[in-house]
Amino acid sequence: MTRLKADSRHSVRFSLNGKSVEGEAEPRMLLSDFLRHQLGATGTHVGCEHGACGACTIVVDGMLTRACLTLAAQVDGCEIKTVEGLAPSADRLGVLQQAFRRNHALQCGFCTAGILMSLDHYLASNPAPTEAEIRDLLSGHLCRCTGYTPIITAALEAAAKLASSKQETSDA
Amino acid sequence: MKPPAFDYLRAESIGDVLEGLAQQGGDARVLAGGQSLMAMLNMRLAKPKLLIDIMRIGELRQIERKGDAVVIGAGVRQADLLAWSDLTEALPLVALALPWVGHMQTRSRGTICGSLAHADPSAEMPLTLVALGGEVFLRDAKRRRRVAAKDFFAGMMLTARADDELIEGISLPVIKGSRFAFREVARRHGDFAIVACAALKTPTGVRLAVGGIADVPTVRDWPRLEGSALDDALNAFAYELGARDDVHATARYRRDLVRMIGRDLIGEVLQ
Amino acid sequence: MVQAAVQSANSVDQGGERPWVGRSIERVEDAALLSGRGRFIDDLGVAPGTLHATILRSPHAHADILSIDTEAAKRLPGVAAVLTGEDVKAVTTTLVVGVKAPVECWPIAMDRVRYVGEPVAVVVATDRARAEDAAELINVEYRPRGAVVDPLGALASGAPVLHDGFPGNLASERTFRYGDPEKAFADAPHRFSIDIRYPRNSCTPIETYGVVASHDAGEDAYEVLANFQGPFSIHTVIARALKVPGNRLRLRTPPDSGGSFGVKQGVFPYIVLIAAAARVAGRPVKWIEDRLEHLAASVSATNRATTLAAAVAADGKILALDWDQVEDCGAHLRAPEPATLYRMHGNMTGAYDIGHVKIRNRVVVTNKTPTGLNRGFGGPQVYFALERLVQRIAIGLGLDPLDVIKRNLIDAGAFPYRTATGALLDSGNYQEAVSRAVAQGRLAELKAKRDEARAQGRLYGIGFTAVVEPSVSNMGYITTVLTAAERRKAGPKNGAQATATVGLDPVGSVTVHVASVPQGQGHRTVLSQVVADVFGLQPKDIRVNTEIDTAKDAWSIASGNYASRFAAAVAGTAKLAAERVAGRLARIAASQLNVEVVDIVFAKGFVASKHNPENRIAFSRVAALSHWSPGSLPDDAGQTIRETMFWTPPELTPPDEDDRINSSLCHGFIFDFCGVEIDRVTLETRIDRYVTMHDCGTILHPGMVNGQIRGGFAQALGAALYEEYAYAEDGSFLTGTLADYLLPTTTEVPEPEIIHMETPSPFTPLGAKGVGEGNCMSTPVCLANAVADALGVADITLPLVPARLAELVRGAEPPPPAGGAAVAPVREGDRRLRGEGQALVKGVPEQVWAMLLDPATLQSVIPGCQRVDKITDTHFRADVTLGIGPVSGRYRADVELFDLDPPRAVSLRGGATGALGFGNAEGRITLAPDGKDGTKLTYSYDAAIGGKVASIGGRLLDGATRVIIDQFFTALARKAGGGAPGGGFSLFALLAKVAGLFGGRR
Repeated sequence: MTRLKADSRHSVRFSLNGKSVEGEAEPRMLLSDFLRHQLGATGTHVGCEHGACGACTIVVDGMLTRACLTLAAQVDGCEIKTVEGLAPSADRLGVLQQAFRRNHALQCGFCTAGILMSLDHYLASNPAPTEAEIRDLLSGHLCRCTGYTPIITAALEAAAKLASSKQETSDA
Repeated sequence: MKPPAFDYLRAESIGDVLEGLAQQGGDARVLAGGQSLMAMLNMRLAKPKLLIDIMRIGELRQIERKGDAVVIGAGVRQADLLAWSDLTEALPLVALALPWVGHMQTRSRGTICGSLAHADPSAEMPLTLVALGGEVFLRDAKRRRRVAAKDFFAGMMLTARADDELIEGISLPVIKGSRFAFREVARRHGDFAIVACAALKTPTGVRLAVGGIADVPTVRDWPRLEGSALDDALNAFAYELGARDDVHATARYRRDLVRMIGRDLIGEVLQ
Repeated sequence: MVQAAVQSANSVDQGGERPWVGRSIERVEDAALLSGRGRFIDDLGVAPGTLHATILRSPHAHADILSIDTEAAKRLPGVAAVLTGEDVKAVTTTLVVGVKAPVECWPIAMDRVRYVGEPVAVVVATDRARAEDAAELINVEYRPRGAVVDPLGALASGAPVLHDGFPGNLASERTFRYGDPEKAFADAPHRFSIDIRYPRNSCTPIETYGVVASHDAGEDAYEVLANFQGPFSIHTVIARALKVPGNRLRLRTPPDSGGSFGVKQGVFPYIVLIAAAARVAGRPVKWIEDRLEHLAASVSATNRATTLAAAVAADGKILALDWDQVEDCGAHLRAPEPATLYRMHGNMTGAYDIGHVKIRNRVVVTNKTPTGLNRGFGGPQVYFALERLVQRIAIGLGLDPLDVIKRNLIDAGAFPYRTATGALLDSGNYQEAVSRAVAQGRLAELKAKRDEARAQGRLYGIGFTAVVEPSVSNMGYITTVLTAAERRKAGPKNGAQATATVGLDPVGSVTVHVASVPQGQGHRTVLSQVVADVFGLQPKDIRVNTEIDTAKDAWSIASGNYASRFAAAVAGTAKLAAERVAGRLARIAASQLNVEVVDIVFAKGFVASKHNPENRIAFSRVAALSHWSPGSLPDDAGQTIRETMFWTPPELTPPDEDDRINSSLCHGFIFDFCGVEIDRVTLETRIDRYVTMHDCGTILHPGMVNGQIRGGFAQALGAALYEEYAYAEDGSFLTGTLADYLLPTTTEVPEPEIIHMETPSPFTPLGAKGVGEGNCMSTPVCLANAVADALGVADITLPLVPARLAELVRGAEPPPPAGGAAVAPVREGDRRLRGEGQALVKGVPEQVWAMLLDPATLQSVIPGCQRVDKITDTHFRADVTLGIGPVSGRYRADVELFDLDPPRAVSLRGGATGALGFGNAEGRITLAPDGKDGTKLTYSYDAAIGGKVASIGGRLLDGATRVIIDQFFTALARKAGGGAPGGGFSLFALLAKVAGLFGGRR
């Protein structure tokens, strides 16, 4: 049993996009703030801090997670994936990201990180989603710019592309 | 919108939890999936002195078939239960209702028991527990007790849980040979229900449970009713729920939904 | 060209020989945004030692501030400063108000609060959480006043007055007359009229406001970084409020901004507030607005009450319009209001040829959040009235609504067309647009579908709308609120200055800067296309910067991202700037290639002779010459290092003596129609097909144009079906979270069918017109028209909440069963909880009375009571902790007993205030002998809760209030049961009855 006192800062360690990271946080510090302001991983955005907008969605130990409804202290020792971990390299976009760019599936880009994380997580275990399934998944995100439909197109396109590249790999 | 200060206890055993609750009582809150509690903390609606994180306790993460019941531990997330291979066979009503709980991104963290502890009158899991006649397992440092679903919900966000008690789990009966139906009307997909209805066939007739109107999910059992007798029963029930207006719906609209959806669902399960 | 553009709109278009403008190339902005490398305001580092602010806000809609005690807050470790109105007043002056009246407008309450959420104090601390801890320790004593939230109610005699300088809450009234409307109405065979209430809503960007401010005391200069969107006319308002000349307010914007849709214009009062806090604290201060603050108190579109009448000929031709608009700007008239009302002034006849118009415009203040820019800006309010009326005219005359639209459209040969109220419509062919939309959008099929659905008893309807979408505002339109004489005195205001700078560096690469402040509209990409075409380069060769720094960059009061001005004004100005540089480069190249200037062409990275393409020189070489060898330039060429172009269209003149105003430069055309089906059980509206035809002139980037249309459509769908900033009659704000203010999600928004037509604007350099706001104007009323058609109703109010539709279409409700609980009628907006009950109590009235008046009893029955101070025999103050489940808060309660009539009756009145809000209740208890040594006790109560809990817990609030009241009476009952002679009695039976009345449980 570990009891962290309210008024002091405690060490928090976890794996962020495959690299171990460490910082200090009071028990009340939200994971979203910890990622952004302690670790400088500002790609995860904060839009509502009550779990409604989805902008801060990340993956913790394989679970889609609202970073604003999670304490930094809760994820000590966990594996975390954020938007910064999506691209294969700094100068190249992944399949899903490319599909977003190709389909104008973002405008201001503020909500985009959360949406990408939900899709990246979902497509990994659902390679052939229907439009209805994508709409159901993304109903947990708010976007004010795009009207959503280009996002859905991009998601379906990325799913098809990922499936076919997997097919090629397994054929080879 | 930052939470007030609190101590954080990462419990590794149920004993840790009970000890924390015994020490801090009403000033302690159990943190499970956090999908309701964390939002309330961020809004500073809740100000516990201690949060007890129970999600690292392996024994609370079990879904177990025990005879004619399914026992679900306090650490079982909504997504875990949805992914449980026996769900549709053992708990068809839960399988119908669970996809209506929040969104995929909140079900992945939120727990079944957390939803019950929160006791939002519009939430789907309290409605399901009451409709099925399940039980809640409560435990403090000294004793354990079981509370029937109908006695568990005491009002708007109020339950029979004492301040120093942990909801250790719940038990839902496996009801064979019945039929189940569930429907919900919300402003948008994933919103809290304006009205949610669950119906099941009982040996003597039919049961209808309604959430979203009264302070607690409310159940009514009827013999097989048809025609105007059914209409009258539903109408009386609709009024008894004491609906009120809010920004999303009027009392009359809610009563209309009880009358119409109730009739549809009863038709479905009795056909 | 049109076809190609449309075909490529849904994917990218990178190859080919065609010009870059008109193609959907990939956005240069996207790679960073998609990989978490955006640079939004809260992503940027701040200076070491920067403090963080939080704002304490009013829980009351209208109250006097009696006192503010900040001592405990200031003592909290980590707190650097606490500012109240007085402290802000010491270093600033009032914001200017847009009408001539003796009123002030402060960014923080001075001695009175006028809306829920109005700033009352600013706490500056080492971090936000500590600042919030301290804010909870501030004790504000309020004396509530009556509140008014309805615009017509605000004008009623006896309504609470918000500002003495606005007698009767009327901030402005003007009447206008164009043509001879009286005669037209007198002569017309038909008159149709409609009363509408347009609701309050907002485009709520997902990124909230942010400000980082610092003050240099040595130079008395402010430096501010804010995700402000313009117009930069507001820079003068901020500088004036901070009491510095404009050159001592350096205002910068971050590289990225997370959506605005007009809303981020409203950050400016906070710029003043945070800058003042930085000055007082002597350190940089950062403030990031949270979502609760944003919903309650950022800014909102105006709600409006409109009566519109039309004089109509037998064939449906509209001869005259008579507008009566009452605009609700909320609690303060903040700059640039009442602009929402006047932005459309030139366009009050819509897409129609109507010669005679009367307008009465009134602007009122109410106890709601002040209004400001919001996508559509005045358009939704106007078109909802006009296009609903067109449908009513059609129904009234037995005509097809589409025929009435067609009969009134401005003739294709009439452009440029001057409207009755002064707008100069630049170009269009509305008839052609309608006929293409009808064909390509398959209207006939939709009508057949409606017939079939109706035959099956389903509720299916079709709606139409024709809309003129104004863009590029005339900075002078707002002066139409003044009389011609007042305008003469104030001096002319007009135009729409756009700026663009094109720079060439020593290696000849091209940089473009504009003061357009985008929030996701892809300005950098489009400008790279525009300038690449001028220089014969590729977009990737052009680097564009759209940040603004008022200390270094070219800007004007018209700078910023609003009024859909980018494509028409800013991109055009960039083209002109690039052409000016290109003209000079052509001279240089001509002298080096020994050809005439007219023979020079820019293509594929070279400057070449048209006649002999082999005779060429690399663009970068020519471009770099000004740096390396200015002496080699031809004498008349001029420098090519940097050129800033200023452009304002001559068509944007000030209002004339007769109040005619060309309020906007460009006018796109939209024709929408849709089919909707309404579920008979839930009365939810499902959009079956939505067709939207746009003529926005020349399309610069089809993908982005469609992005604007889809985005506007989704927001408009929200406004039509889900979104409303709801207030109770007492001014409580009821939609304070994103679980109450409902934005549409993926499961609610279908794909609209978009059709394009391109009629270039003759008034803009690229022929482009604005396109971003149109669907916010057309879609809400188009959906309303379809729903009205489906339900066969005449009056319809947004949003189309199913429960409201139920009121319209469902007949009398089945009565409750005999002997069942009666349903108390509830007035809309009335949130007070009332209850009454009675019971028999053991003990004679005198005994019960003694118990009820015992202070110890009172103390023990107030839920969560920790301490009671007795002020008088009948007046008590108490500290209480009230809680429902996990929700709990500390309150200061005040309880008075009055109208004592021993031992027959007593009244209780109490109130409680705390960080979560306030509550008040009143009750009367009467005692009478029951004739059997007992007492018949009757009671009634009336309670209400407001403030934060009402805003964010509205859905649960009534239930929670009942729990609190139950706690009170349960405690009272226990006390009575324990203390009453003979024991045995309790009020439990009574309470069960109350609970039954309200909660329905046994």
